[in-house]
Amino acid sequence: MTDSHKSTPDAPSDSPWEDSTQQPYIQIRNLSKRFDDFTAVDDISLDIYGGELFTILGGSGCGKSTLLRMLAGFETPSQGQILIDGIDITNLPAYDRPVNMMFQSYAVFPHMTVEKNVAYGLKKEKLPAAEIKERVTKILELVQLTPLAGRKPDQLSGGQQQRVALARALIKQPKVLLLDEPLAALDKKLREQTQFELINLQDQLGITFVVVTHDQEEAMTLASRIAVMDAGKFVQIGTPSEVYEFPRNHFVADFFGNINIFEGAVKASTEGLISVELKNTGTLIEARCDQALSTGTEVKIGVRPEKLLISREEPSGEGLTVTRGIVEDLAYYGNRSIYRVRSQSGRVIQVSTQNYQRSAHLLLEWDDEVFLSWDSSCSVVLTE
Amino acid sequence: MNPNINPGKRDRLWRGVVIYLPYAWLLLFFLAPFVIVFKISFADPLLAQPPYSPLLDWTADIGSRFLATLDNYGFLLEDKLYWVSYLRSIKIAFIATVLCLLLGFPMAYAIARTPYPWRNFLLLLVILPFWTSFLLRVYAWMIMLTKQGLINSLLMKIGLINDPLQMLYTNGAVYLGIVYTYVPFMILPLYATLEKLDLDLHDAAADLGAKPWQVFCDVTIPLARPGIIAGCLLVFIPAIGEYVIPALLGGLDSLMIGRTLYDEFFVNRDWPLASAVAIVLLFILILPIMLFQQQQQEPES
Repeated sequence: MTDSHKSTPDAPSDSPWEDSTQQPYIQIRNLSKRFDDFTAVDDISLDIYGGELFTILGGSGCGKSTLLRMLAGFETPSQGQILIDGIDITNLPAYDRPVNMMFQSYAVFPHMTVEKNVAYGLKKEKLPAAEIKERVTKILELVQLTPLAGRKPDQLSGGQQQRVALARALIKQPKVLLLDEPLAALDKKLREQTQFELINLQDQLGITFVVVTHDQEEAMTLASRIAVMDAGKFVQIGTPSEVYEFPRNHFVADFFGNINIFEGAVKASTEGLISVELKNTGTLIEARCDQALSTGTEVKIGVRPEKLLISREEPSGEGLTVTRGIVEDLAYYGNRSIYRVRSQSGRVIQVSTQNYQRSAHLLLEWDDEVFLSWDSSCSVVLTE
Repeated sequence: MNPNINPGKRDRLWRGVVIYLPYAWLLLFFLAPFVIVFKISFADPLLAQPPYSPLLDWTADIGSRFLATLDNYGFLLEDKLYWVSYLRSIKIAFIATVLCLLLGFPMAYAIARTPYPWRNFLLLLVILPFWTSFLLRVYAWMIMLTKQGLINSLLMKIGLINDPLQMLYTNGAVYLGIVYTYVPFMILPLYATLEKLDLDLHDAAADLGAKPWQVFCDVTIPLARPGIIAGCLLVFIPAIGEYVIPALLGGLDSLMIGRTLYDEFFVNRDWPLASAVAIVLLFILILPIMLFQQQQQEPES
């Protein structure tokens, strides 16, 4: 989905973070926030480029909301700097920042109509009434709320309230829009729709979005880049496919979907390829690895369920790791099936397959003997 | 219970009991005395037991059986004394309500923002005075406000004044007494609304460019309006008819309608006139209550 991001004047290239000539739009430098004896954000540095849809992902209490609140100006950093477009905003109060936020609770003013909610930010700028009216009309059209302009928030659905919150935050034409769990309170259908609407809107307006979420799926589908956060620090920053396919450590690998983890030690290492002997079983697994690892180093090998092939016949081919097992459990989802296979060594491996054949019967049944195989390029080497 | 009554009927029965019991209470203890007072206000005073004339004379002819008179209300209009005490009561109650609001709002706001368990402790402090007699507390103020009292001797000791100030038996003492007594009735409803206030709304307003005082005017006050109105009514209504505080702390120029009412009943023993005074007071109070009702319904329409 990230491919759909068109270039904006702010972002001439699709991946400005790889272009050393690009100037970052938001610069976070050594930012920390301590509450009494608890460090919520711990010495974080981050560059976000113009027109990015940047997502900060982490579990509850990881510090992501505190980071967002510091960007908005609701929390004062204990240490460090925040720059937007080269200007230090660290000590600017929230009402003077070129940043607007869409709250998780939406925080729509309950005593004002939709129109008044949306106009509020412009009224504080003391713009002429005619201009306010024009811009309100325009933005209400953009979020399709025109017919509801006179309603009070308690007469709106959750999705409509969210669009009020979005329109209210966008009307001031901020340089940066902060979104706190933008999809969390919506049902599944509405989530998908809203997600695409947000991406389109971001494309149209070219505003830099910073999204905070605990939902990895939300992060993956929205983001140009994701920063995975844990205990106040960034664990990994990268594009959705980078963090999914090339997780830096066990935490990231586990956070994004399912992964089968095998523990072992390096047995042999050649150019870009290592061979790992698994604990207990002694099975050899081959994996691509850029790092030079000395023999005996303890590593974990991760393999995503959809990278595994499941078959009745023994597959053959170069660079394949093959193991045998018995189908212990299976779940049929229509478009795909998930198998839990107990391998010869006794451990359970999860496999996810596309049901590319049309059949009223299950192709594999409980207790079927199967072969599992995967390409060595699909093995993720995790050293931490 | 009759086993033939189906559960739906039984539920309805209980619902009826729950709904109509308070109405029965109001009927018995509010409406009945009101009707009696209302009736007396149309009678003539008599030196008898009871000290007023009956409204219906069963012995007279059919045409002249009804003996109601508007003399009492007419007298209220004629005699300046009543006008003056009504207006003074309204003025004192109004100013005291404003003072309570100015004092109570920051207190309620601070309590609502205090983390537990300190919040409960502060709330306890607010209602703590109720644990001792109201009369006793007013007497305590009298002792503190006299010329030889605590406040005067303290002010003289630190050299701020040379001669003791006349504080007791002044309007200032009446305001002090009313504000001191009624400020909890302002704080509690204000606290109840301010506590529910979503802090995200403050952040949202600030985020949209509102300075702290604008956030206060645009968000805090409008959303606290039900609490402000409830608190003001809870202070204004009892304050307007207050008898004890002006009688004990006030001077001759702080005569309020409560004292006038008392004098008519117990000194002059003119029950019909006293009843008329009470009825007029009631109508003065109904006005702000009706305004309040209207305000409450507005946001829903």
